[in-house]
Amino acid sequence: MDLLSENKRAAIWSIALLIVGLLVWEMSISAQAINTGELTEYELLTGADTAKAGVPPPSEVAVKAWQELSNPFYDAGPNDKGIGIQIGYSIYRVLTGYFLAAIIAIPLGFLIGMSSVAYKALNPFIQVLRPISPLAWMPLALFIIQDSEASAIFVIFICSIWPMLLNTAFGVAGVREDWVNVARTHELGAFKTAFTVVLPAAAPTIVTGMRISIGIAWLVIVAAEMLVGGTGIGYYVWNEWNNLDLTSVIFSILMIGVVGMLLDAAFGLLQRRVAYVE
Amino acid sequence: MANSFLSIEKLTQRYPDGKGGEFTVFENASFGIEKGEFVCILGHSGCGKSTIMNILAGLSEPTKGVVKMDGFAVSGPSLDRGVVFQNYSLLPWLTALKNVTFGVAARFPDWTKQQVEDRSIAFLDKVGLSGDAIHRKPSQLSGGMRQRVSIARAFANEPKLLLLDEPFGALDALTRGTIQEELLKVWSGTDQTVFMITHDIDEAILLADRILLMTNGPLARVAESVEITIPRPRVRTDIVEHPNYYAIRNHLVQFLGKRSAELAGQVSAEGETHSPQTVRIDKTRGAADEQPLLQAVKT
Repeated sequence: MDLLSENKRAAIWSIALLIVGLLVWEMSISAQAINTGELTEYELLTGADTAKAGVPPPSEVAVKAWQELSNPFYDAGPNDKGIGIQIGYSIYRVLTGYFLAAIIAIPLGFLIGMSSVAYKALNPFIQVLRPISPLAWMPLALFIIQDSEASAIFVIFICSIWPMLLNTAFGVAGVREDWVNVARTHELGAFKTAFTVVLPAAAPTIVTGMRISIGIAWLVIVAAEMLVGGTGIGYYVWNEWNNLDLTSVIFSILMIGVVGMLLDAAFGLLQRRVAYVE
Repeated sequence: MANSFLSIEKLTQRYPDGKGGEFTVFENASFGIEKGEFVCILGHSGCGKSTIMNILAGLSEPTKGVVKMDGFAVSGPSLDRGVVFQNYSLLPWLTALKNVTFGVAARFPDWTKQQVEDRSIAFLDKVGLSGDAIHRKPSQLSGGMRQRVSIARAFANEPKLLLLDEPFGALDALTRGTIQEELLKVWSGTDQTVFMITHDIDEAILLADRILLMTNGPLARVAESVEITIPRPRVRTDIVEHPNYYAIRNHLVQFLGKRSAELAGQVSAEGETHSPQTVRIDKTRGAADEQPLLQAVKT
């Protein structure tokens, strides 16, 4: 009965869904016929004889994608840069803010995880700061930092710190006491214990936190760049909206999805590397 | 006893009972272990065997009393006292070999990588692990193989005192049998002092020079020290034929079944020391010596 493996059957279903979806999209758009009948003077005046700016069909998006992706790094002035450059800016901001957050969140998470006093002391602050929408920090960041680029990085920093901090603390606190006792009976110092026992034991939980963080950071960068402007994929989406170039908008939305997926997959790979079975 | 290699002096462990009072697990427990001796401790759950083990390992502090090894008081964990725990003593993200090199590298920090690895492989080989198996993670090994790795790690470090906390408790009876023999084989080539917790009477008779018997808790005490008068080397199938085997076994069963409860819960006078009574059962010295079967010698 099962002639094909589960993966192959799933792949066939995925492709079928994609084709059906694209066909429905394509057909629903060509159905929006342009009014070609007799027009009144008023209708002519309001531009009813020209094609309305509509949602483009997938074929147009595909053509646009081909154009953009065949030359992704051109730079023809501030408002006309290749998609590769725009995404590059976004990734640079995300990674900078993200790694700054990791440098603080992981050691601090270790401290909170190891000491219940530190946990209780810091917990009220974490609980208040964590639910704040990262964009709410933007005005304050712009005022204090006085630099839109650095403010965007700060917003990424503040939004990616919490999952990493809490997961590190949770992972470190949950390290099996027997493993710590193994380190103690081998007279390992505090640093050696942290690196050779606690870190590998907590690594799966920590990397889960890092994976959640990078996902959030990628969500937030689009919104942040719409606000600060200049460069980046978020700015690009907003700019093309202002140009009423919906083909480009749809194309960049897809690109945001693809890059997000790749970032997540990279951390998924890391997660598999540090995983262990008890 | 004060001159023993390892001497446990007036050890007391109390915990708050949650109602403002105190709960005494054991009080003024005192006993000694000689160098090279294999001592097992038997007792019901809750009598404080594991607590004594943790105190010996330096992982927890007694309420009162001291443990002296080689004349020096023990404080905190040390490489001189190796521990094999019942479960989870291997680090699951390291291979079997890496788990052993982890210990050896900690013990001999000046050694080269190659020396550490050679010694680790040698000790894994002693417990019957070689080839592919040593490069597997603990999750890919059977329970018996995992404990073999733990034992190899402990012996490779040559601690002055080796503490085994029910090392075979989670294994099935057949596997337990083979590993007990592996353990005897590794141990007999050394002058390693071993202190082991077990629930298994036959295991204790097979392995030990001496068995310490504990009464039930709370207020448990180490009541008897039973010498195992069966010559080494011992083989499981042979020792059951030895005339002393069932005499000793019956004594242990009687103690655990009845007397451990009868002797339990006695509050001791201030400063009193509880040393175990030495019991020597030997039926091999002819019929004349057979009565009394049980010779109790107060030490």
